Amino acid sequence: MAAELNAIQKTLLENIADLHEVPTGAYNIRSNGGMLGRNTTANIDIVTKTDKPGIDIIIKPGTKNQSVHIPVIITQTGLKEMVYNEFFIGEDSDVVIVAGCGIHNAGDEGSEHSGIHTFHVGKNAKVKYVEKHYGMGEGTGERVMNPSTEIYLEEGAHLEMETIQIEGINSTERKTYAKVEKDASIVIKEKIMTHDFQVATTDFKAELVGENSSADIVSRSVAKNKSKQTFKSNIIGSNACKGHSECDAIIMDEAIVEAIPELTAANIDASLIHEAAIGKIAGEQLIKLMTLGLTEEEAEAQIINGFLK
Amino acid sequence: MLELQNVSYLVDDTEDGNQKEIIKNVSLTIDNGFVAITGPNGGGKSTLAKIIAGIITPTEGRILFNGEDITDLSITERAKKGITFAFQQPVRFKGLTVKDLLTIAAGKSVSLTEVCGYLSEVGLCAKDYIDREVNASLSGGELKRIEIAMAIARKTPLTLFDEPEAGIDLWSFQNLIHVFENIHEHAGGSIIIISHQERILNIADRIIVIANGEIKDSGTKDEVLPKLLAGAAPSPVSIQENALGCPTLLDKMS
Repeated sequence: MAAELNAIQKTLLENIADLHEVPTGAYNIRSNGGMLGRNTTANIDIVTKTDKPGIDIIIKPGTKNQSVHIPVIITQTGLKEMVYNEFFIGEDSDVVIVAGCGIHNAGDEGSEHSGIHTFHVGKNAKVKYVEKHYGMGEGTGERVMNPSTEIYLEEGAHLEMETIQIEGINSTERKTYAKVEKDASIVIKEKIMTHDFQVATTDFKAELVGENSSADIVSRSVAKNKSKQTFKSNIIGSNACKGHSECDAIIMDEAIVEAIPELTAANIDASLIHEAAIGKIAGEQLIKLMTLGLTEEEAEAQIINGFLK
Repeated sequence: MLELQNVSYLVDDTEDGNQKEIIKNVSLTIDNGFVAITGPNGGGKSTLAKIIAGIITPTEGRILFNGEDITDLSITERAKKGITFAFQQPVRFKGLTVKDLLTIAAGKSVSLTEVCGYLSEVGLCAKDYIDREVNASLSGGELKRIEIAMAIARKTPLTLFDEPEAGIDLWSFQNLIHVFENIHEHAGGSIIIISHQERILNIADRIIVIANGEIKDSGTKDEVLPKLLAGAAPSPVSIQENALGCPTLLDKMS
């Protein structure tokens, strides 16, 4: 089914999936609770769930260098939805999955998207998963997103997740859980910026159950105005494994940033590290850029853009 | 081009509650060419450079740049008028790359060839550095070279270097001197170098000695350098070999 996109839908898609047109390859575009377009390929099948809202994405073993786009856009004020998407990624495949949600709320009622994504990553498969959240619209209605991600990595599998929320989301509670088997690894890179009265909570939990499994969780965030961010991470190592989590936040104005790291080692060969730093932009960074001719505001913008790049 | 008129800088001494004069009534005029400022640590050299760049506001006196009073101008405004300041201790930025900083320094989008040019002038291989973040993964010496590369990218009529040689271990002095000459050739104007290095003092058209917040001596290198090396007036100086065998004027002037 081919999709026709209007200007607002195009803007949202550009922001959440870097898409300027309907993507090539497999895709499923969900708009205002319905399907706007879908395309499947020989190796990647997309099937609508019958018991609840959402889709199953089935990737055949050995599928290499292919991508799936499953963006969600909401332009209807007051729409609240809960969607279950499940990915079955075959052994030895190597794929890129781009998800993301964009809300344009022009009305005064809240719009809300809660997505529950479950990944079953087969043996030795490699996945890059990118998810962006973006809100816009002149209405007073709140834009709320609550993404949950569950990741099950079989032996030797690798998943890299990039999760980005730069602006426009009033409230978000993101939960990510990963279970990592033998020789499997997960890398999570989170970037968040909150402003005005926004609230963002991040909760990562990684269970390193297999020998030689690893997790690397890195969060960079900027909290402006009166926004509030909470970062929780918990790495549990119950085998010989490596775990690292890092939370690095720039705090501005009257914002509040909370970092709550947890590490649990249940094996003598589990090596777990956590780093957390919260601080304002260093005065010397501003001064250096000002000596290069930038104003203080321009210097601040450069530092933040670089930090979240 | 640059004139300081009776510049003083006082700070409150928290220990005894009295005011301490960091810079005492300094007046000087700097025209085209290389000017080296030397003197003991804590003597006020870096403070003077920060006063010129606008980072520190003097408590008294005026600063003129090309005849215009810039005393009340901000750091940004002075930078735009053509003053560059290469820090003694370069700043790290998480996320900003070497190319980002050189682009900001150049004030325009720069081609790959130009960026490579800036980096090769400071002895860095461009392809290894261009996309590197200017963060804790870079060594002090690498940061220092990038700091100097930014000054090259700016090519302004007045460039201040605060101890440019510090931390650049294995980079030949000839290259550093070439950098100064190159900036001078392209931008004209003045280069002020705060340094303890005899070899840098040796290329200066003029040497100014600052100690205890005052100008102790000023003149051509032929007038000033022999006195510094001889340990005669204005104050005793000795030379010591550092780890690389470069003679360094020690901070024993008092």
